[in-house]
Amino acid sequence: MIGVRLYLAQRLSALVMAPLMIGHLAVMIYAVQNGLSAEEILSRTQGSLWWGAFYGLFVIAVSIHAAIGVRAVVYETAGLPERILNPLTWAIGVSLFVMGGRAVAGVVL
Amino acid sequence: MHRRAEVLDVLVWRGDANGGGYHSYGVPAQESQTVLDVVTWIQQNVEPTLAYRFACRVGMCGSCAMMVNGEPRWTCRTHVKKVFGAKGLVIAPLRNLPVIKDLAADMAAFFDKWTAAEGRFHPSKSRNDAMEPISPEAPNRVAANAAIECINCAVCYAACDTVTANPDYFGPAALNRAWTLQNDVRDAGYTVRQDAVSSSGGCFNCHSHQSCMTYCPNELNPTASIAGLKRLSALSYLTGGKAR
Ligand code: SF4
Ligand code: SF4
Ligand code: FES
Repeated sequence: MIGVRLYLAQRLSALVMAPLMIGHLAVMIYAVQNGLSAEEILSRTQGSLWWGAFYGLFVIAVSIHAAIGVRAVVYETAGLPERILNPLTWAIGVSLFVMGGRAVAGVVL
Repeated sequence: MHRRAEVLDVLVWRGDANGGGYHSYGVPAQESQTVLDVVTWIQQNVEPTLAYRFACRVGMCGSCAMMVNGEPRWTCRTHVKKVFGAKGLVIAPLRNLPVIKDLAADMAAFFDKWTAAEGRFHPSKSRNDAMEPISPEAPNRVAANAAIECINCAVCYAACDTVTANPDYFGPAALNRAWTLQNDVRDAGYTVRQDAVSSSGGCFNCHSHQSCMTYCPNELNPTASIAGLKRLSALSYLTGGKAR
């Protein structure tokens, strides 16, 4: 059900995700200290290549990591065969990427 | 159901592949009595047709494993006083395997997966070659020794929820054996075994939740062995098969 490539993809995406997650939480807590408005946040993120790269990378890692994780859960609970599992894994990954990508575009562009 | 004067209340699962249920027995309590003693007493005194397996009675052969009060155990070395609970003693065939009859589980899948994981020795020498000296201190020998005392009892296999959920998964025992062989310098099957353990039923399915090591009667740690296989497989993939 899971071979070496999916395993490595999941571990490596976790490796990327962990520091980004901590960065995200830290900045969030720091930024809302004095009650931040949406305008204020957008004024800092819009046009920022740095935040675009930060959350862009986050979205890529999440899409890979979650798709493989959900694949395992679905297989172990519903026992679907690989021929359904493989397209399902792609579908989950791609939709997360599209949704996340739109959100990143929304705050950065 | 309680431990009356000198009689143990025992529930034993009886049936076959088509189904079955628990039957209740009163078994005379004895000093230093094992769960296997209880089953044997029932078979010899009440139910001559009760099917179960054992051979050595001393924890060597691995044939006597059953579910005892919901947990997999080697029954010949499990004392009744250690496991007798509020529900008395409930004995059933091993989990995660089909049942043949009563307490005898069908071990075919367990050993088929053992073979699929290449859990067998591939000789690299013939009888005409000199014996290869093996240093007990060599790191790979130390790693193999830590996992070698497996008696094929399938207790870990019955304890593993991933085996329950994923019928393709080889399970802890087969992969633990494969790990000992990957660390054996006399073995010639490294590459085929590496392919086998990283295939779709292989080591990457393990969730590392350690039920196998919790229940292994020989206190082995298949989780660690499987982690070792994951490391080997990942390294070998990343280095194009060069890492060993
Ligand atoms: S650690 Fe792995 S082999 Fe052991 S019980 Fe958990 S999933 Fe099964
Ligand atoms: S690893 Fe332990 S529990 Fe599993 S088959 Fe071997 S001895 Fe039994
Ligand atoms: S009878 Fe041999 S291990 Fe229990």
